[in-house]
Parts: sequence; structure tokens; C-alpha cells
Amino acid sequence: MKADIRVALIGNPNTGKSTLFNVLTGLNQKIGNFPGVTVDKKVGYTTLPDGRQAEIIDLPGTYSIYPKSQDESIVFSVLADKHNPHRPDLVVVILDASNLKRNLLLYSQVADLKIPVVVALNMMDLAKKADIDIDINLFAKKLGVPVVPISARKNEGIAQLKNAISFANKFALQEDSIDVSTIAPDLVASISRELDIDNPYLALQLAHQHENLTFLTKEQSDRIEELEKEFSFNSQKAQGAETIARYAFINDLLYDTVKKPLTPQGETHSNKIDKILTHKVFGFIIFFGILMFMFQAIFSWSSYPMELIADAFVWVQNWLHHVLPAGPLTSLLVDGVIAGLSGVMVFIPQIAILFAFISILEDTGYMSRVTFMMDKLMRKVGLNGKSVVPLIGGFACAVPSIMSTRTIENWKDRMITIMVTPLVTCSARLPIYTLLIALVVPNRNVWWLFNLQGLALTGMYIFSLISAVTVAWVFKFILKGKERGYFIMELPVYRAPRWSNVIYSMYERSKAFVLQAGKVIIAISVILWVLASYGPGDRFAKIDAQYSQPKYTKTMSADSLSRTVSSAKLENSYAGVLGHVIEPVIRPLGFDWKIGIALITSFAAREVFVGTMATIYSVNGSAEKMESVYEKMHQAKNPDTGQPVFTLAVAFSLMMFYAFAMQCASTMAIVYRETKNWRWPAIQFTYMAVLAYVASFVVFHLLR
Amino acid sequence: MRLSQLEVGEKGIVKEFTDLEMSVKLMEMGCLPGEEIRIERVAPLGDPIAINVSGYQLSLRKREAHTIVLQ
Repeated sequence: MKADIRVALIGNPNTGKSTLFNVLTGLNQKIGNFPGVTVDKKVGYTTLPDGRQAEIIDLPGTYSIYPKSQDESIVFSVLADKHNPHRPDLVVVILDASNLKRNLLLYSQVADLKIPVVVALNMMDLAKKADIDIDINLFAKKLGVPVVPISARKNEGIAQLKNAISFANKFALQEDSIDVSTIAPDLVASISRELDIDNPYLALQLAHQHENLTFLTKEQSDRIEELEKEFSFNSQKAQGAETIARYAFINDLLYDTVKKPLTPQGETHSNKIDKILTHKVFGFIIFFGILMFMFQAIFSWSSYPMELIADAFVWVQNWLHHVLPAGPLTSLLVDGVIAGLSGVMVFIPQIAILFAFISILEDTGYMSRVTFMMDKLMRKVGLNGKSVVPLIGGFACAVPSIMSTRTIENWKDRMITIMVTPLVTCSARLPIYTLLIALVVPNRNVWWLFNLQGLALTGMYIFSLISAVTVAWVFKFILKGKERGYFIMELPVYRAPRWSNVIYSMYERSKAFVLQAGKVIIAISVILWVLASYGPGDRFAKIDAQYSQPKYTKTMSADSLSRTVSSAKLENSYAGVLGHVIEPVIRPLGFDWKIGIALITSFAAREVFVGTMATIYSVNGSAEKMESVYEKMHQAKNPDTGQPVFTLAVAFSLMMFYAFAMQCASTMAIVYRETKNWRWPAIQFTYMAVLAYVASFVVFHLLR
Repeated sequence: MRLSQLEVGEKGIVKEFTDLEMSVKLMEMGCLPGEEIRIERVAPLGDPIAINVSGYQLSLRKREAHTIVLQ
């Protein structure tokens, strides 16, 4: 879309910036990436009162223009680089009217870069409730910029804000907040002269941030480094001096324009909630209660829509088989592409529900309290208070959980969380576990109450949590953190969730998942389809010839004949051949070539295991027909020894393999998307494969 | 007197910091010399703590609170 004016939204976290973005753009928004970095770029469009189209960019929330994370570093590079395609014509700074002091720090930094600014004074309703009286006219006059009081939640003042945007000046007219040149006068002058920069604050920021700015050439960056040495510039000391000067300016400004009651009220309400929610005992009970509810909801609320989606795809597949001429192209489309697509789509309900919960927990301010409570515990194993939610979400599906790790600012903590989340028993492992446990664990009770099969399943769940925590602890020593770990975090006031934000979050995350993971899954499903549908040489032709002889067509029913044929074809397909090829490798784990095929086909998605087993043991059915798969696998005998294939050792070895191995293309795709580097999914795949092999080997030989 | 030595409900005024890197981050968050700080609560496991400063609530680990010197 072509826009007439580009507007960037900038503000502290928890100021209602996303709400304002959603109010301004509606569903007319998309998530992309800033070139070269892993930061999401949210762009939307709105029509101004004068008919012009405005492109709105939602920049990551930050407390200061000095970045503390990669997300935050985007803010300065977008504002500073004259050639950046996203450089805004106008910046809307959102300030929380109930907490102006800290919010104004970022404003004063942005204003000093001399880009045209409009101030949106958000949460006016909260400020009024707390008896905070702001002289808006004087405030605007002292800053020299338009100031629009709004309440994004209540949709108040939005028209006035759009008006202010359309009337905004092309030139920056704001007053200077501090005298920047006093901080490092010689350095600022030299950089301004040599790099031809007319803004002293921009020159100062280049001195602070030049190492991480991609728009500077190597020579420019090196020259700034030289100048810094020449004038013995200390970045942290300079930043400290600047911050103190800015707060002095802010205190003066607020003294004249804002009247506040001496004893702040509003907080008591939030404090009362905190007394219960972060209580020594109740705090944890409530937290685990919420988690249990979330876990239950992800399972139970999603089962019906997931069935609907799966059924819809089956219907479409049947219909396409019916209307399209039979042939390899139809088969590729229906059994390759659409089957792969359905594997992606069925996860949408779980993703949407998980993100609805996360969005509510974040919106209300409860998530920061969870972090507050769990931080000490999680820090011991190299994680962070914020790792709790992805780990629990992992019980449903690792994909949305890994997406939710973005709330973890610390790079190392986030990486470790991403690396271990796929170890948690996800819902795709459930059908494999139930099938294998049913095969080898007797269905009887011990100690009156506990069912042995149920105990085995619970054991697998607990085991997965233990392994995730243990692996995290190991990674704590391997990974080198770039930043020093610290935990200086705002605890926002409790507020009711904004349902529109919840819906946007569900929609946005599901869309990102379908678009990003979908591509990879479709590609892999097509490859698997080719591997399973074609065989080397004339093997398939021979099978067809063999089974069209009268001795088969006369004696066998059409149904069982076609099953026998497809079973024979699978054994002779490339996938079957591969199964035979890898047999020597998996033999020590107790697996034969048939299980080998299932391991290969379920490489893209674990749940394919049951379906493949069904095909290999020539049962014409799907995962729903567990009984028949169960029967066939139960009766399967080793042709050499005549013993059952699925012994206790084989079944548990196989479960160990699925517990550890990264048999999930969606997770790999999402890890790549979140880290923007193939190294991470590669490391993850490797360490999980090694663990899977070792664990299976040990379990097989212990139980044999 | 360090911030980490205050009990819940007690107040103090920031004098200086012992750690330059931490001081920059704390000052950005409105935790400046001359500001009054009140300890609001301690996390159930004893760390981190929540303080009230500049009109809002901030949580920080005890190790970080120890770098804040009070008047």
C-alpha cells in the first residue's frame, strides 16, 4: 500500500502503545521483519481526516533510546538513519499520564533528535482517578509540540490524535530539553564535523551506539572509535550524566504543569491484589491453579475445532480425489500438499488458545508477578522467571510456546528456554505414548487406586519436565551470555484485559504460524510423499504385475488386496529402502526397518508415527482406529525368532526416542524464525538426536 | 546503608550507586539520587524485591538493590 505519511509509535512498555496501534489500524496491519534483525516489524495503515493514507509503524516498547535488547535497538536505528526505508516523517510519543516522570525520559531523548513529534497523553482516565491534574496547554507550550489527551482503551481522543497527525509540521519545532553539547563538547563537535551531522544529540548517540549501527560504514565507525579515545569518552558515565540532566529538566517541567495529591491513591487497589497474588503460599497455589486451567483449556477447548479442521481436510481430500483425474499430480496435491497443510492447520486452535491466555496474563499485569515469584527458582537452572509460561505451554505444543519466549529480554535465558521447550511432552507425543503403553504395560491397578498404564503415562510427562530442567542447567554452562544478567523490571498496575488485544494476538500469532511454519511443512510433506510414493527401478511395476495375477485377484477381496499392494509398495519405496538402509543404525535400539520407516516419515511430525505404523502393518485406517493398529502391532512377530516385535524393551526404547528426538518440522521452522539463524535449530536437532539415541539405547539394553 | 538492608514498608532516599553499569540502568528507570524509595514487598522465595519509586512499582534482585546506597 502506498502511504502519504509515515508515522512511528514510540513509548514505554505498558503505556497502551499496542492498544493505540490496534485502534488506529484495525485488522489493517501486518507483521514483517526489520531487515537483517530478528525484530518483528508491525505496520498498519489508517486514513487521516484530510483523506491522506498514513502508514503506522509500531516500534518496540522501550524505556530509553539506549537499547537493552535487540528489539529496543531498532528504535534508534530507525530514527537515526536518514536512508532507512522505515524512517518516520513524524513520531507519536505515547506517554502514560499517570506516570509521567519516567515516561518523559524517552520523550526528551526522541525530541532531541529533532524529528517532528506529536505527544499522545494516554491513560487520562487513570490519571483523573488518581487526582493527577495536568495543565495540558502549558505542558504543550513548554514542550513546543502538540499534546493530545487520549484514552486508547476507551477509544477517546483518537479523532483528535489523527487530526494532530494530519496537521503536524514537517519540521521539528520542539524546545530543547537539555544542552547536549555540555556532556561531551569536543567529541560531539568532531563527530558532527567529520560525519556532517547537524544534530548534536544524534552525534552523541552515534558515539554511544556506533558499534551496533549497520548504517554506518566501517570507516565511519572506526573514526568515531578513534575520536572517543582521543577525547577519553566513557559511554556509561556520559549516559549517567545525561540521564540526571534529563530528569532535572523533567522535574522542572512537571513542577509547573502537574498537580498531584501528596499521598498517591490508585496504588492501594493494585497493592491489595498483589498481597494475595504474590503471597507466600496462596501466590503459588493460585499460579498453579491458573496453569492447570490453562493446560486443561488448551487440551479440551481445542479438541472440537481441531477435529473439525481435520475432518474438513479429509472431506476436501476425498472430494479432490473424486473430482480430479487419478494420477501422480493429483496424488501430490492431495496426499502431499494438502495432507501437509492439514498437519499445520490442526494446530491453529491450540496456538490461538495458548496466545489468548498469554495475552490476558500479560495485559492484566499478572505475568510480571509470575516472573517476580519464580525468578529465584528458575535462575538456579539457568532459566528466568519468564521461562515458566513457555515450559508449561510446551505440554500443548512447542510451537506457540517458543513464539511466546519473546517476552524474555535476556538473550541467554531466552535461548536456553527455546532450546529445552521441545523436550516437554507435547500433545503430538500423546497418541504414540498411549499406543505403545497399551501394547506393553498391563492394564491393571496397583495400590487399589493407580492404573499402571496411567502411571506410565504420567511418568513420561514428569520425566520430560525433569529432562528439560536438567538440559537447561547444562546449557547454562555452555552458552555464553552477551549481556550481564539483571532483573530490573516494572511491575505494572493491574488492569482488566483488553479483549480486542487478546483477539488481535490470537489472530496475529496464528497467521504468523501458518505463513512461516506452513511453508516448511508443505515442503517436507512433499518430499516425504515422493519418498513414500516412488521406488527405485521397476520395483513398483513388478509389484503391480505380481498382484494382478489371478491367484491374488481371485482369492483375495479387493480391499485386502489393495492393502497388501500398498504395504508391499511402501516396503519397496524410497522410504522403505531408507528404512532398510538405516536399520543397522537403529538395530541397537531394538528397532527394525518397519519402525525405521515410521521414524523417517514422522520426521516432519510425530503424530505421523501412528498413521505410518497403520500403513506398514497394512491396516487401512487412521489414528482414530487405534484398536486395529494395536491388534496388528500386538500380533507382529519377528520373522527370524518368532518372538513379538513390540516387547517392553522395544516399546520403551521407542518412547524414549520420541521423548527426546526433534521429530517436528514445525518446531524447527519456528526456532529458525525466532532466532533467524539455522545454527540454533541445527544444534537443537543434534543434541536432541544424541540424547534420543543414548536414552533409547540405555533403556532397550536395561529392559531387555 | 544499602537498599538491600531495608525491611518491607521502610523508606530511604537514594544517595549514590556502587556499580556504574547498574546505576545507568536504574537511573533510566527513575531511580535517581534524591528519589525516595519504599520497599513494597519481597518475592515469596526471598528474592527479588519490589520497590516503589517515581510513582510506580519496580522489581529488582537483591544483588542489584545492594548497589544502591541510601542517605
